[in-house]
Amino acid sequence: MTTSRAAWLFITPALIILGLFFLLPVVAALVLSVTDYDLYALADIRNLRFVALENYWTLLQRPLFWSALGHTVYFVVVGVPLSLMASLGAAMLLNSPLARFKPFFRTALFAPVVTTVVAVAVIWRYLFNTKYGLVNYVFDAIGIPTVDWLGDPNWAMPTIILFAVWKNFGYNMIIFMAGLQAIPGDLYEAARIDGASAFAQFRHITLPMLKPTMVMVSILTVSGYFQLFAEPYVMTEGGPLQSTTSVLYLMYEEGFKWWNLGSASAVAFILFVIMFVVTAAMLRLSKRGEPA
Amino acid sequence: MKRFARTLRFTLALALATAGVAGCAKKEEGTRTLQFWTIGREGEAVAKLLPEFEREHPGLHVEVQQLPLTAAHQKLLTAYAGDSTPDITQLGNTWIPEMMALGALEPLDARVAASKVVDPKDYFAAIWATNVIDGRLYGVPWYVDTRLLFYRKDLLAKVGYDHPPRDWAEWRAMMAKLSQPPGKAYGVLLPTNEFEQLLALALQSDDPLLRDDGRYGNFRSPGFKKALAFYVSLFKDQQAPMMTNVGIGNPWAAFGQGFFAFYLSGPWNIGEFRQRLPKEQQGDWGTTPLPGPTGPGASNAGGSSLVIFRRSQHKDDAWALVEFLSRPAVQARFYEILGDMPPRRSSWEIPALKNDDKTAAFRDQLERVKPTPPVAEWERIVTEMQLVAAQAAHGDLTIDQAAEEIDRRADRLLEKRRWMLDHGKKATP
Amino acid sequence: MSPRVAKALINGLLIGAAVIAIAPLLYMVSVSFMPQGQASSLPPPVLPKNATLDNYRQLFMNAGMGRYLFNSLLISTAITLISLAFNLMAGYAFAKLEFRGRQRIFQVLLGALVIPAQVAMLPLFLLLKYMGLVNTYGAVIVPALATIFGIFLVRQYASGIPDDLMEAARIDGAGEFRIFATIVMPLLKPIMVTLAIFTFLAAWNDFMWPLIALTGQEHYTLPIALASLSREHVQDSELMMAGSVVTILPVLVLFLALQRYYLEGLLLGSVKG
Repeated sequence: MTTSRAAWLFITPALIILGLFFLLPVVAALVLSVTDYDLYALADIRNLRFVALENYWTLLQRPLFWSALGHTVYFVVVGVPLSLMASLGAAMLLNSPLARFKPFFRTALFAPVVTTVVAVAVIWRYLFNTKYGLVNYVFDAIGIPTVDWLGDPNWAMPTIILFAVWKNFGYNMIIFMAGLQAIPGDLYEAARIDGASAFAQFRHITLPMLKPTMVMVSILTVSGYFQLFAEPYVMTEGGPLQSTTSVLYLMYEEGFKWWNLGSASAVAFILFVIMFVVTAAMLRLSKRGEPA
Repeated sequence: MKRFARTLRFTLALALATAGVAGCAKKEEGTRTLQFWTIGREGEAVAKLLPEFEREHPGLHVEVQQLPLTAAHQKLLTAYAGDSTPDITQLGNTWIPEMMALGALEPLDARVAASKVVDPKDYFAAIWATNVIDGRLYGVPWYVDTRLLFYRKDLLAKVGYDHPPRDWAEWRAMMAKLSQPPGKAYGVLLPTNEFEQLLALALQSDDPLLRDDGRYGNFRSPGFKKALAFYVSLFKDQQAPMMTNVGIGNPWAAFGQGFFAFYLSGPWNIGEFRQRLPKEQQGDWGTTPLPGPTGPGASNAGGSSLVIFRRSQHKDDAWALVEFLSRPAVQARFYEILGDMPPRRSSWEIPALKNDDKTAAFRDQLERVKPTPPVAEWERIVTEMQLVAAQAAHGDLTIDQAAEEIDRRADRLLEKRRWMLDHGKKATP
Repeated sequence: MSPRVAKALINGLLIGAAVIAIAPLLYMVSVSFMPQGQASSLPPPVLPKNATLDNYRQLFMNAGMGRYLFNSLLISTAITLISLAFNLMAGYAFAKLEFRGRQRIFQVLLGALVIPAQVAMLPLFLLLKYMGLVNTYGAVIVPALATIFGIFLVRQYASGIPDDLMEAARIDGAGEFRIFATIVMPLLKPIMVTLAIFTFLAAWNDFMWPLIALTGQEHYTLPIALASLSREHVQDSELMMAGSVVTILPVLVLFLALQRYYLEGLLLGSVKG
């Protein structure tokens, strides 16, 4: 048997799976998004019609779509920087030569990452319960006015952001730690001899040296955060007053609650395009500052 | 009380589980299992009725699955899409057209014709009619639900009335006197996120809500506009508070405190008020049929039916269960356990229903209920209707603008239906 | 700042961060042992009074938790084992075997990485429905049997294997499958462990797709069952906490046992940019 034939045998199972259950559906989604596939079509395929770009057009006119997009952008714009700051902060603490019990702390800080969203949302929901939650109890005890965390449309999204940061910061922390370890120690040595403060060292050495890591981590985190779904699904069911309805939540409701698969596919594609444009722009911007 | 209900639920669940385990253990050959889905509280109550059914039908086991009320509609559609429907389910009668359009339901005409138990003439006509689509029967009513007025007799007496309102004009006059001081007390509570109240008022008109065989909205009809104008004016004149049922929080306490004197709501609230209002206030409240534009008016023919799925492998067994749950004696017990009102006139003969002054108004109203248009899109249409009506109540739209807007949205939702009707298509294979 | 103060500050901050990260998880365990209703009392109890196993008993006796645990284990294990085989073979082939179109196919796969999985979900549901797989374990297992990420990870790692080893075997007349099984696989062991634990965790924690594809509760995985239970039993905090503990514990233990591999894989997978 030739190497080439063997190679094909090696990759065929994976390619069949990926082709049939991922690439084909992606193409099909594009087709679906220009039809009015709904419950009637599910019952009888002859009830399917080609509607061109109508799904997209209708969607752009729906206030709910824009508010869902707004909530998602809110989650990304506030959540990603907070997440990255928490990750970088934790990584720097762990990377400090003064830190003790590093393996223990690393494991502890990373633990939330491997937990199941739905399961930790349960405890989070309890901690932030308006009446019986520990958070409001502490607030009350130290004289801060309590908040209806998940019941107030203004506070539900911030609460979900806090949850997401807590759940996810450990992941990027590990990547940042590797990035920090790759920075040559003599750079800091030289800066110290020049009398640079800790903050100056951070600004002029750590940040520039971390830039490639930072760019990659931001892009990955942004595309991850655009896919907000499970958190609002279990914590708020998209409410209150639809204030935590994200784009994916809208897709889920449109597709699997009302079974308008056509317009739900349009939602999915618009999200894809937005994610693509945003991450590509981030990549472009990050390259602009570099010497050609 | 809530905790009690919870304990009860768990004890029940435990009992069921034990029964299930025991059932499995002695499962003989030929034992059939019937999948029965219920929505909300009915599951707990029906579990108490089923042992008798299983005794009557040896070798048949009924497995009850309780769908939470908020997730029921989605779960049913998902089950349909995933080919995992049960044998028999409880189904809100406004959802029947939708499931029927999908071809998911088994027609029941022949079975009813042959039945000694299910007698169509014994059922409230309008309730029965909600199960009939294009001349075929797809469900048997299980319990009924309609909306009427709960009111405070003592507050009404204070402003000089010794009887409840009979028509809109009288009702208006009462509410004007009751809404004093403005903004502190109100005539009536109409939660702005619920469509049932406006719908009940709209059904009182002779104009249908959809026209041309359900092809278009008919919300620009004089009848609907009159109902909408009446509804909106209650908010404008501060006779109804601009509040959702989330905003009002605990409507029973607010009713007891006299925050509002009329409450347009359904049968389950009889039990709630009996339980939640203090003893000394129990004589102060009553129920009365919904007043119409000129005398006693109609209300909506709501409730749940029992339907059998086309995919079921046990249709005869499922029908046996439908017949069992339709017996007047069983319905009477069901009422005693849960307070769900029976759809048959003969079931209303039991003393618990007949001699209760609070349920009498419902008995009266049930002779004057009207079904909603049997189109699959109805749930979404009324949802849109209420969203627009709330804007009108808020003063953002005039009556004409609102009516036009509802028609526009309804027409858009009905677009696919029109296309299917015009092309002679039927979703049913 | 004196070194001593700096040291106290840094370690103090680390302790604070660790408490924030871990305390909710410990609190969850604590509440799961409280008798029913105790969590809804004021002040919020931190430790259970009259600790009880009732919640766990109820979960397994009445709520069918045993079934869901079984489903989760079955689905995650099946995905892990089979996808490991498929990804290993494909990743190795892309790294070490010459064939026409190798570059182009791999480019396509890399390009597809930017497409969020959700885009494929709607047609995938229909596809599986017509295949009769909706509401079976297969609906969740089959689409997960190969991942671009996994192939990529293996390819990265396998590139480091010296070609001489395979060449020598080929000259000795060994077939490609024997080379793969006897020479390559042992060398790939570390990445196998890494990929296995990654896959298992991802499969265990997956939410959106099982939520869509498993329409009947007899097939629910733990996260789906928990989400559905917590909608019905909003008031029963103690019971839900016990459910959460059961859901999280297996993956947490797995992670603690194999965290070195997991963290390595995380770094390997993230340098693709």
